[in-house]
Amino acid sequence: MIALPAPKAEILARREEIIVALTALVPGDGVIAEGIRMKPYETDGLAAYRQMPLAVVLPSTTEQVAAVLRYCHEQGIRVVPRGAGTSLSGGALPLADAVVIGLMRLNAIHEINYADRYAVVGAGVTNIGITKAVEADGFFYAPDPSSQLACMIGGNVMMNSGGAHCLKYGVTANNLLGVKFVTIEGEVLEIGGTYLDAAGYDWLGLITGSEGQLGIVTEVTVRILRSAEGARAMLAAFNSIEIAGAAVDAIIGSGIIPVALEFMDKPCIHACEAFAHAGYPLDAEAMLIIEVEGSIAEQDALLARIKDICARFDPISLKVAETAEQSLAIWKGRKGAFGAVGRISPDYLCMDGTIPTSELPRVLRRIGEMSEQYGLKVANVFHAGDGNLHPLIMFDANDADSFHRAEAFGADILKLCVEVGGCLTGEHGVGVEKRDLMTVQFQPHELTQQRAIKSAFDPDWLLNPAKVFPLQGALSPALAAE
Amino acid sequence: MSAMIAPVDEAGIIAAVQAARAAREPLAIEGQGSKRGMLRPVQAARSLSTRGLTGVTLYRPAELIISARAGTPLAEIEATLAEKGQQLIAESPYLNGVFGTTAPPSIGGVVAANLSGPRRITWGATRDHVMGLRFINGAGEAIRSGGRVLKNVTGLDLCKLLSGSYGTLGVITEVTLKVLPAPETSATLLIETPDLASAVAALSAGLGSPFGVSAATALPVKDHVIAAVRLEDFAASVAYRMEKLRGVLGSLGTQRVMEDAESRAFWRGVREVEPLQVVPDEAIWRVSVRPSAGPQIAAAASAIGGRVMLDWGGGLVWIAASPSSANHMLISEAAHTQGGAAMLFRAPESLRLAVPVLPEEAAPLAKIGARVKEALDPGGLFNPGHIRAA
Ligand SMILES: Cc1cc2nc3c(=O)[nH]c(=O)nc-3n(C[C@H](O)[C@H](O)[C@H](O)COP(=O)(O)OP(=O)(O)OC[C@H]3O[C@@H](n4cnc5c(N)ncnc54)[C@H](O)[C@@H]3O)c2cc1C
Ligand SMILES: Cc1cc2nc3c(=O)[nH]c(=O)nc-3n(C[C@H](O)[C@H](O)[C@H](O)COP(=O)(O)OP(=O)(O)OC[C@H]3O[C@@H](n4cnc5c(N)ncnc54)[C@H](O)[C@@H]3O)c2cc1C
Repeated sequence: MIALPAPKAEILARREEIIVALTALVPGDGVIAEGIRMKPYETDGLAAYRQMPLAVVLPSTTEQVAAVLRYCHEQGIRVVPRGAGTSLSGGALPLADAVVIGLMRLNAIHEINYADRYAVVGAGVTNIGITKAVEADGFFYAPDPSSQLACMIGGNVMMNSGGAHCLKYGVTANNLLGVKFVTIEGEVLEIGGTYLDAAGYDWLGLITGSEGQLGIVTEVTVRILRSAEGARAMLAAFNSIEIAGAAVDAIIGSGIIPVALEFMDKPCIHACEAFAHAGYPLDAEAMLIIEVEGSIAEQDALLARIKDICARFDPISLKVAETAEQSLAIWKGRKGAFGAVGRISPDYLCMDGTIPTSELPRVLRRIGEMSEQYGLKVANVFHAGDGNLHPLIMFDANDADSFHRAEAFGADILKLCVEVGGCLTGEHGVGVEKRDLMTVQFQPHELTQQRAIKSAFDPDWLLNPAKVFPLQGALSPALAAE
Repeated sequence: MSAMIAPVDEAGIIAAVQAARAAREPLAIEGQGSKRGMLRPVQAARSLSTRGLTGVTLYRPAELIISARAGTPLAEIEATLAEKGQQLIAESPYLNGVFGTTAPPSIGGVVAANLSGPRRITWGATRDHVMGLRFINGAGEAIRSGGRVLKNVTGLDLCKLLSGSYGTLGVITEVTLKVLPAPETSATLLIETPDLASAVAALSAGLGSPFGVSAATALPVKDHVIAAVRLEDFAASVAYRMEKLRGVLGSLGTQRVMEDAESRAFWRGVREVEPLQVVPDEAIWRVSVRPSAGPQIAAAASAIGGRVMLDWGGGLVWIAASPSSANHMLISEAAHTQGGAAMLFRAPESLRLAVPVLPEEAAPLAKIGARVKEALDPGGLFNPGHIRAA
C-alpha cells in the first residue's frame, strides 16, 4: 500500500468551523459533511484505496470555486479536485485533512460554434455529453476514453485522457483550445481561447495532464470535428503475438493509419468472448480489431488493402464487417473488455504503461513469465498503434496477500515498460498508484525540476498533494517523508 | 554581433551554461540563427548555438517516431523521412524568405518557436507532435521530458512548455517527434469568391464537411479572393472526395482543381507566406483568431494600408504593413477585440524594442509565469528580454 502523508492536526481540530465557512461560500446543499453522504467520495476508480475527506464541496459556478480556493489557501487547507471519480490511478483519492471540490455541477454547455468548430462547456460535462450535444449536426468530440459515459471533460483535461480513436485524432491535449482556470489563490484566468495558437508560453499544454496539481479547471473550450461519412471494423487473428505485432508494423508501414488498431491476447479474447459472444476465434494467440473511416467505397478499398496485408501473416481468421451491425459486434467484445475480466475475477488492477511497439513480443512474453511467478492471471488488451498497454491483473481483494502480489506484479510491468524505452503511464496518469515509481523513470533532479514548476503555481502544496510526486524528496516540509 | 559558442555535443552546452552561470552573464540562445530577427533582440555578450549538435539519433518508421539533435537542419529530417515515405505532420515552414536569411532552420529552432504550416488546422501544431525532448536548464542540468513513445502522461508535460518558449526557459538539445506516412497524392480546390467573408465561409464549409480537408487558405487577389482547400490521401479517396467537395462548395464561386504537383507547390508557397509578397521595409504581423473573425482583422489591416493572407481556415491572418508603433497598437487592439492574439513577427529592431511584440498576460498569470521562469532558469541567463521587456 502507498502511504499518505500525516493529516494536519490543527485542520482536523477546526473541522466544524471550516464546514460553517464553506457553507457560507457555497450555500444551499453545496457542502456535504456527514459520513454516510461523503461515502461515495472516499475512493475513485482505484477502489483498493479509500480515505474519507474532511468535507466535500460542490460549487455551481466558477466564482464559488474561486471563493473556496481563496479560503482554503488563506487557511492552509488542502484540496482534492474531483470530476466523476473514474481515475484508475487514485488521482481523486481524498486525504483526511482535505476538502474535496467536486466539479460535477459545472455541467452547462455554454456555446457551440460549428462555423469555427469549437464548443465551450463546463468542467462537469461528461465526455459523451459533448458528442451528444453536437452529433445531430454531424459533429463529434474526438477523444473517447472507454469511461466516456461517466468521466467529465475537466477530469479528461487533467489526465490528458486518450481513447480507442486517438491514433488518428490525438489525445485530449490535441483537441483543446482553452480553459478557464482558477489558481489556488482564487484568481480566475483565461488560458488560450477560441483560436489555435495562443501567444506566449503554452500554459494550456502544461496544465493538460497536470492531475490537479496546478489549479482547478472550471470551463473548457474543445475542438469539435465533423464526423466521417462512416466507419467499419475488421478482425484479424493470428498464431502468435510476434506475428500479430509484425502485421501491425506492416499496416502502418503501408501508409495506412486506421482510426483504431486494438490488440487482445488469448486470455483477453477468451474473457471477452464468454461475455459478449462476439464470435472471436478462441484458438488465436492474438487478435487485432482494425477500424477505418470514409464512404462505403473508401472503407471497402482500405479494408481490402489491410486484409491483403494481414493475409501475408498466416491469419487464423480474417473477418471484415459487411455492415454497421457486424462492425458493432466486432467492437462489442473489446468495449466490454474490462467488464468481461471483472466477471472472471473478483477484482483486477488495470495497468497503463507504454512501450515502443517493436518491443511488444518481448514485453508480452515477460509479462507471461511474471504471471507464473506471482501466481496471478493477466489479460492484455491495448492500443496497438501507439504501444499503450493495458495488462489487467486479476486478484482477490478479500485476500490481502493476493492484493500485495498484484501491486508488486503491476510495478514490475511498469518498470519493464521504462526499461525497454517506454513510460509508466500512457493515459491513466500517475496519481497515487504510480507515485513511488516516478524515480524509475526520472532522475532526482528531473523530479525536483517538475516539483519546482508545481511550486510556481502552488507554493504551499495545497493542491492534490501526495499524488504524482514521491514524498521522498518533497519540496513541501509538510509532505516530506522522514 | 556577439561572440558565439557552438559546442558539438550536449556536454559542451552544459559547460557553456555553467560558465555563464558562474560569470552571471546572460546568453542569447539560437539554432542556426535563421530567426534572429524574431521577437525582441536579446542583449547578451555571448550567444550559445546548438548548430553543432546534429544528426538523427533514432528513426523507427513503424513506430512513427524520429529523434534528432537540436541543430539538425529541418531539411535533413524531411529528407530522412521522405526516404521511408513519411513526413513531419505540422508542415513546419522555413521562413527564409520572410526573414531574408539563407541559414537552414534547425529542428530545435522550429520546436523552440513552435512553427507550424497549413496542415496545423486539421493535424495539429508542431508542439502537438513533440513526444519528448532533452534540454539544459539554467542550473546547467540535463532534463528529459516525455520520451520516445506516442502516448505518455508521466509527470508534468514540459515538452509543451518548452515548445514555443523561444529559448527563454532552457536550451533544447534533442527532440523526438511523431511523424506520419506522407499521402499518396494531394489535390486542391480553388474557388473564386467576391470577398474575404465569402471565402472564409467556403473554407468553413470545407472544414466542416466529412471529407478530411487538410488545409484551407484565403488569398486576396485584385478584386476578388481565392479560397483554397486541400485533400491529401490515397488517390482513389482524393478523387472521390474532390467530387463531393465540389458539390458541397458548388454554389460559392467558380471552381478550379489543382492536381498533385501544382497543389504541392501552391501549399509550399502558402507555408512560406509567399502570397503576401512582403517587401524589405515592411513589418509582418501574425494574428491568431477564431476563423470567422479573420475578415474583421483583415479589415482593420486594410484601414492602415496593410495587405493580408489568411491560413488555417481564416484563423491565421498574416499582415504586411509599414512598421510603426501606431500600426502595431491598432492590429493588437483589433486582435484583442476579436478575442485573439497578435504577434509582431518581423520588424526593424527599433520597433521590436519599442512595443510589446506579444500581448501582455493578465497580472496573476504573469506572476506565475515569472516563478516558472525562475524555476527553470534561476539566474535569468537565457534570452533576457526576448519575449517581453525585462
Ligand atoms: C472503466 C474505465 C475505463 C477507462 N478508460 C479510459 C480510457 O480509455 N482512456 C483513458 O485515458 N482513461 C480511461 N479511464 C480513466 C479515467 O476515466 C480518466 O482518467 C478520466 O479522464 C477521469 O475523469 P473523471 O472526471 O472521472 O476525473 P476524476 O477521476 O474525478 O479526476 C481525475 C484527476 O483530475 C483531477 N480533476 C478532476 N477534475 C478536475 C478539474 N475540473 N480541475 C482540476 N483537477 C481536476 C482530480 O483531482 C484527479 O487528479 C477509464 C476509467 C474507467 C473506470
Ligand atoms: C515569431 C517569429 C519571428 C521571426 N522573425 C525572424 C526575423 O525577423 N528574421 C529572421 O531571420 N528570422 C525570423 N524568424 C525565422 C526563424 O528564426 C526560423 O525559421 C526558425 O526558428 C528556424 O530555426 P533556427 O535554427 O534558425 O532558429 P533560430 O533563429 O536560431 O532560433 C529561433 C528561436 O528559437 C530559439 N532556439 C533555437 N534553437 C534553440 C534550442 N536548441 N533550444 C532552445 N531555444 C532555441 C531561439 O532563441 C529563437 O527564439 C522568425 C520566426 C518566428 C517564429
